[in-house]
Amino acid sequence: MDDIDRLIIGTLQGGFPLCDRPFAAAAAECGIAEDELIARVDRLLADGTLTRFGPLFDAEKLGGAFTLAAMQVPAADFERVAAQVNALPEVAHNYERAHPLNMWFVVATETPEAIAPVIGRIERATGLAVFAFPKEREFFVELKLPA
Amino acid sequence: MTAHPSDELLDRALVRALQDGLPRVRQPYHAVAERLGIAPDIVFARLRAMLAAGAIRRIGVVPNHYRLGWIANGMSVWDVDDALVDALGKEVGALECVSHCYRRPRRLPLWPYNLFAMVHGRARTEVEEKVAEIALVLGGAARAHDVLYSTRILKKTGLRFGG
Repeated sequence: MDDIDRLIIGTLQGGFPLCDRPFAAAAAECGIAEDELIARVDRLLADGTLTRFGPLFDAEKLGGAFTLAAMQVPAADFERVAAQVNALPEVAHNYERAHPLNMWFVVATETPEAIAPVIGRIERATGLAVFAFPKEREFFVELKLPA
Repeated sequence: MTAHPSDELLDRALVRALQDGLPRVRQPYHAVAERLGIAPDIVFARLRAMLAAGAIRRIGVVPNHYRLGWIANGMSVWDVDDALVDALGKEVGALECVSHCYRRPRRLPLWPYNLFAMVHGRARTEVEEKVAEIALVLGGAARAHDVLYSTRILKKTGLRFGG
């Protein structure tokens, strides 16, 4: 990754134009040629520096729902419970965290009504209580880090 | 007000076509229009409408922050006075390196925290400095806090939207 890559990441984090020749417009902002920008974005995606290029959708505005949830899993049962939780397609992310509530995951469903039954299934499968932490208010969801 | 049914169908088709990203060609929106068999003007109009409605947060890139050296992340959680949490949450969310700032319910007695702020840094010491900044913003309104570092990723799949 060189300085031009860093400039591209910084510029495109803020927004990619919605116009006929968006690469040309963004390339002009970075001081490079249109085709060079296309090639560099392609390479940054291929080597894993970028995880996504395009519109970032808000699943809730599209009708879907999420909730953060956590469990207090005894150490001896941790791997079994992780496998049971991860087996559900509605579990998008799952992290082990250093806290008595040691398993934190996100349940994502296509409708808000589908969240509670998924949590019920996890509780029945694991025999453990699930603490749901639905968001009550969102203050900020955007991560723009200097490259 | 709900969108016209044909707009809804178009938007679903666009979400499906774009969930893996935009094509890297000189005219990416035209390429999407061609793939869907619709006019480019319709693609521009629907994407503009979804941006205005917030269904698209932005169009751009998402870097792998581990690759950029941002390897430490901590979920900072705070027990903030209910009367002040909304005003202070906005200030915390505005701090650099804070993403995903939310108010969430407490689960007493196990969990007294109602404000969640994810903090990123190049090292854990940098996360700790940011947490100290948040503590300054919250002042006496925060009765207690904790920082939960992730010790292992157990699952990470992108969110997918069905048909």
